[in-house]
Amino acid sequence: MSDATPTPTATPERPQLPAQSPPVDPAETAAASEAAKTSNRLSWWRGDSGEGARRNLGLIGVLVVLVIIGAMTRWDLYSNPDWVWGNTLTILKLASVVGVVTVGMTFVIIGGGIDLSVGAILALSAVWATTVATQSYGAGGMIFTALVVGVSVGVVNGILISYGRLVPFIATLAMLVAARGLAAEISNKQTQLSNNTFINNIASEKLLGIPLLVYILAAVVAAGWVLLNRTTFGRRTVAVGGNPEAARLAGINVRRHTLLLYALSGLCCGIAAIMLTAQANSAQAATANLYELDAIAAAIIGGTLLSGGRGTIIGSLLGVIIFSTITNLFAINGLSSEAQNMVKGGIIVAAVLVQQVQFRSITQFLGRNRLTSS
Amino acid sequence: MTQHSPDLSRRRMLFGGVAVGAGVLLAGCTSNEASPTTAQTKAAATGVNNEPGKKVVIGFSAPADDHGWIAAITNNAKAQASAFSDVELKPVAAGADPAAQRAALSTLVSQKPDVIVVLPHDGKELNAFGLEAMTAGIPVINLDRAFPDARAYRLQIKGDNYGMGVAAATYIIAQLKAKGVSNPVIGEIPGIDALELTQERTKGFNDTLAASGFKVANRRPAEFTVDSGQQAATGLFQALPKIDAIWNHDDDQGVGVMAAINQSGRKEFFMVGGAGSKKAMEDIQADNTVLKATVTYSPSMASSAISLARLIGQGKGMSDLVELQVPKEIVLASETITKENASNYLKLGF
Repeated sequence: MSDATPTPTATPERPQLPAQSPPVDPAETAAASEAAKTSNRLSWWRGDSGEGARRNLGLIGVLVVLVIIGAMTRWDLYSNPDWVWGNTLTILKLASVVGVVTVGMTFVIIGGGIDLSVGAILALSAVWATTVATQSYGAGGMIFTALVVGVSVGVVNGILISYGRLVPFIATLAMLVAARGLAAEISNKQTQLSNNTFINNIASEKLLGIPLLVYILAAVVAAGWVLLNRTTFGRRTVAVGGNPEAARLAGINVRRHTLLLYALSGLCCGIAAIMLTAQANSAQAATANLYELDAIAAAIIGGTLLSGGRGTIIGSLLGVIIFSTITNLFAINGLSSEAQNMVKGGIIVAAVLVQQVQFRSITQFLGRNRLTSS
Repeated sequence: MTQHSPDLSRRRMLFGGVAVGAGVLLAGCTSNEASPTTAQTKAAATGVNNEPGKKVVIGFSAPADDHGWIAAITNNAKAQASAFSDVELKPVAAGADPAAQRAALSTLVSQKPDVIVVLPHDGKELNAFGLEAMTAGIPVINLDRAFPDARAYRLQIKGDNYGMGVAAATYIIAQLKAKGVSNPVIGEIPGIDALELTQERTKGFNDTLAASGFKVANRRPAEFTVDSGQQAATGLFQALPKIDAIWNHDDDQGVGVMAAINQSGRKEFFMVGGAGSKKAMEDIQADNTVLKATVTYSPSMASSAISLARLIGQGKGMSDLVELQVPKEIVLASETITKENASNYLKLGF
């Protein structure tokens, strides 16, 4: 939908705006909505232009190649269908926490921002939810605390960025440090054990043979997809990220919307915090280290444009699963984690290179050569 | 969001203030009390060395890590210092990396303490600081992470990393031989692989296993955190459908490893931990998990370092030794804690 962002043609409509009471979406250019609707009708699952769908197919191709490599290197394991099924579920389970964080990150990046504080927010939410004081209120209290802390920190990020006019990079970098510091303070630098069986069971229980964590991931991805592709909020996100000034002229409250995006990211961190606490049966301030990089990398590999205005939830999900599969591939072959990080780095660079080439050709086609400076 | 308005600075201040205030307010709501660490400190009532002497100012710096072991190091040092009426502790936060710690230590040197006790982020990178302080006439006591240059420290107190590996392997070999397992599948979950201490632990483990004709089947490093432990263990279980024994280097990340064990339902193996956390010792004592032993790497070394720093500052020796001065190097022994002796060690758990 990047080509659908409000263009200067929206400007003449501006004087009409005061006549309409709240600044609602009709101004988000009829053409934009039409283009989005058409492409969505053609392929419901891609939620983007045809280019996004091609990219998603490419990502699925990468996954298939990874599985083939796995089968070739460890046929003794892959020849057992039970193991393959269990392994697939394990990969999804390990992808679930970062996956939920990545959904929030995708929204923030599409909206033209970046959230470097997600790992720290996650740690803070998890530590807060597992403090003795909070645990005494039971599972409900812990979940509520995690979500409230996540959203609150996200709102603080949003206020600093949209009303305090801090650059997102700086504001969330500061939050990265501050939230971890606060988490260390609250936890007294000790691992907080979760004694709540309901919480701990979230990671071990299964429904119809599939771990609960995978359902949570699926639910968050589905909600994110609907929010991005089927609601005004989603269209506004794309507009704000593509061209904030045009979006503002089109009647979108850019500041409020930006704040909501960071709150949404915080909410995802809160959900992920409960999932991670369940997985580790505990929380500590150093937890979720470098998750921000995993989430950003997954979103970018999934086709989200780092400069905003374009991206898909399905692509981000595939990005997370690819990372999780690579980790699994290295684990079952007993290869070192250093080599694994090098491969991950290579994949990120390759994905961004591909993206830049594609984006450049699109912008040149549209006659708006935005990347000439880079 | 690039447009500017004249009231910008005021607004920034306002919202910055709101944000900071909100954080402080939230922080005030919940907190965990510091657990007492008196069991890991020592202030014997008798002996000539314990009588108050010349006042000693001890500078102290350890990484401000979120890890339970490092936190215990700092807590122990503070508790031990407060047990002596003639010791004043000047702790400085070490920051996030060797560079930050170097800066913090420089300010400490300028305050001219009598002795400095330091647990460096990395002994190699802070070697120059040790030399500088020693040259300035301040004895330096290095905790845990050795300075490569012997002139950079007056005393070095270390855990026995190689010995931890040896102890863990020795226990595993004995258990496997008792069960009559001839070709065992052994997994290893070390901590941060880039650290020299991790490499030493692994070397001790491998050397000892090799002497019995055993080897590690798969090794998945974690990062000393619970979530990384959980993930590394999950990876290990996928790679090895059947396991006989696992050595997990660190009891803090071991919480995550245990979670992964519960989630996978795997219990065909037994596990040995590392460091000796209270939780690990309790699990070993209860004997209802796969964790059957842990090999020590006790943070009580910080308490010993403060006691010895005091003696060095007062020019005294260790009264049980013939030597007039405190020795140059002390390496703690790595002991193996099992169900049988856990009750003796529980007071040292952190």
